[in-house]
Amino acid sequence: MFGIDPITLIVALVTVSTPVLLAAVGELVVEKTGVLNLGVEGMMITGAVMGFVVAVDTGSPTLGFLAGMASGAALALIFGLLTQLLLSNQVATGLALTLFGLGLSALLGVGYPGLTPPAVADPFPDALSDLPVVGPILFGHSLVIYLSVLLVAVVWYVLGHTRAGLIIRAVGENHDAAHALGYKVIRIRLMAILFGGACAGLGGAFLSVVRVQNWVEGMTAGAGWIALALVVFASWKPWRALLGAYLFGGVTALQLRLQAAGVDVPVEILSMSPYVVTIIVLVIMSSDRSRAALNAPAALGKVFHATG
Amino acid sequence: MKPFTKLVTASAMALGLAAPAIAQDDPLQVSFVYVGSVGDLGWTYEHDRARLALEEHFGDAVETTYVENVPEGADAERVLTQMALSGADLIFTTSFGYMDPTNAVAERFPNVMFEHATGYRRDHPNVSTYSARFYEGRAVMGHIAGQMTESNIVGYIGSYPIPEVIRGINSAYLHAREVNPDIEFRIVWAYTWFDPAVEADAAQALIDQGADVIMQHTDSTAPMTVMEEAGAIGFGQASDMYQFAPEPRVSSIIDDWAPYYIARTQAVMDGTWESTDTWDGIGPGMVGIGEMTDAIPEEIRASAQDMVDAIASGEYHPFTGPINRQDGSEWLAEGEVAEDGTLLGMDFYVEGLTGDVPN
Repeated sequence: MFGIDPITLIVALVTVSTPVLLAAVGELVVEKTGVLNLGVEGMMITGAVMGFVVAVDTGSPTLGFLAGMASGAALALIFGLLTQLLLSNQVATGLALTLFGLGLSALLGVGYPGLTPPAVADPFPDALSDLPVVGPILFGHSLVIYLSVLLVAVVWYVLGHTRAGLIIRAVGENHDAAHALGYKVIRIRLMAILFGGACAGLGGAFLSVVRVQNWVEGMTAGAGWIALALVVFASWKPWRALLGAYLFGGVTALQLRLQAAGVDVPVEILSMSPYVVTIIVLVIMSSDRSRAALNAPAALGKVFHATG
Repeated sequence: MKPFTKLVTASAMALGLAAPAIAQDDPLQVSFVYVGSVGDLGWTYEHDRARLALEEHFGDAVETTYVENVPEGADAERVLTQMALSGADLIFTTSFGYMDPTNAVAERFPNVMFEHATGYRRDHPNVSTYSARFYEGRAVMGHIAGQMTESNIVGYIGSYPIPEVIRGINSAYLHAREVNPDIEFRIVWAYTWFDPAVEADAAQALIDQGADVIMQHTDSTAPMTVMEEAGAIGFGQASDMYQFAPEPRVSSIIDDWAPYYIARTQAVMDGTWESTDTWDGIGPGMVGIGEMTDAIPEEIRASAQDMVDAIASGEYHPFTGPINRQDGSEWLAEGEVAEDGTLLGMDFYVEGLTGDVPN
């Protein structure tokens, strides 16, 4: 179609989507426990800078990814302490976290733009990734991409099919009832917040170490906000988050390829199409309130204060 | 006196005294406003290198200050006002979007000289504009690209469809076609000057479409990383990007602002500064061609160098007719050289380029 190679398109869309997907899956779990953390963008960019800095300084991408996760989780911990123990407003705290993360990352990254991170080894041998068609699509990616899909599967399984998932959902649906049953609401939420931060941080580190291989101030460029929108788009279902992320990445990758192929389409419209698609989907979702509300955690964004 | 009134009075006094207070032996204060960070390794990086060269050249006779990451708009006006108030004698505003703030602040501080990069408004006698003829460098890159490509597809990452970028595309294409009639340009508009993720994706998209030489008019080094992996080649943009030599970076277009900044600072010192419009190219050294690496065959390097020399001496102009517009109508007749006015407002592709200029 239009002289575009579908195989390279699929490879590109998976790479483009993965940072957003990781952040979205993390935020999905956070929201499932009833907490709305709008600081995804801040955690992502902090993960991006720390992942990059550590990968460059140690020469190990793996350590970089771990540092990205740790720094994302550290930022999330600030949010967790403020909202869960000091009972601050989640929306305001989350927004502040984003602003803080953007500033902090700029400071931490001074001196690092232009450096090249170590190459990330492919997990599969060349013999496999050289196979026609399935090779590049299934075996040609970096390890984090397989991890992201695995993570979706694990989150789906844990949330829907295990006792732990049941507890997480109970906390998110009705924290008072969960508390009355003896579940440690605050502890469970803090753990989810840390998990969300680590996922966002890993997404950021993937962006700087694998996808762009560069650190630049503000490089997440709104990916965290798209991740937040994806969670609603996915109506808090992990596989739908994967679908949404790939859809978003697909539109981004496709519009550049249509331009490169010289297809005569209005470029401005193509450039904004991923965002337009996101908005349209959100509008469709919220047009039927009952359907969207059906799956939203009932205690989302509500402050929990244990009395008694 | 209340602290606030004290402050206002102090500023007013500072203002009133600013002009007569400049004595010959005081260091001249030169300030710079940057749109990006000095570590971008592209546009702002080169302006800051020129600032450092200025300090080196004049030693204690000048004192420089800069503010980076200044958004184009109201913030710029605040920063400029602050600079003028704190005693700047000469201010360089280094991005197109500072045009209106520069002129607005210049009106209020007639004793401060302003130099605005890439703009065209000189509303007041204390405002000058300056820019570089990047298209001269593009011609040389096109000459190299046309011969280096094996797929005959050159990818081009554009930032915004503005005359400066379109000029570059036309110049590169004309000189690539001159040496390779089968050449084809694929253009992707990134709609950003600086977004490494988008730039990297654009480079990948072009490579997937068969491009093996990529030219960029965006400022990050992200496309270089993609080219390196894919085995494609490209050219440093705004700065040398030598860390990617010998491949994928086989040469580069370097903005060298230092000679201009030194000359203008000297003019302020001598009291000979006046409002001018400067548009310099390879000849006066404002546009530099980075070292051509061994990845380029010897004879191509030699012919490219001949072109550099011919442009530098003024013997050759990259837009010399016959050149037709994309629709086939004549733009320049045989031997005719493009006027600066047409070049400054260029909004059309030349014949042979495909696709439309977005508007």
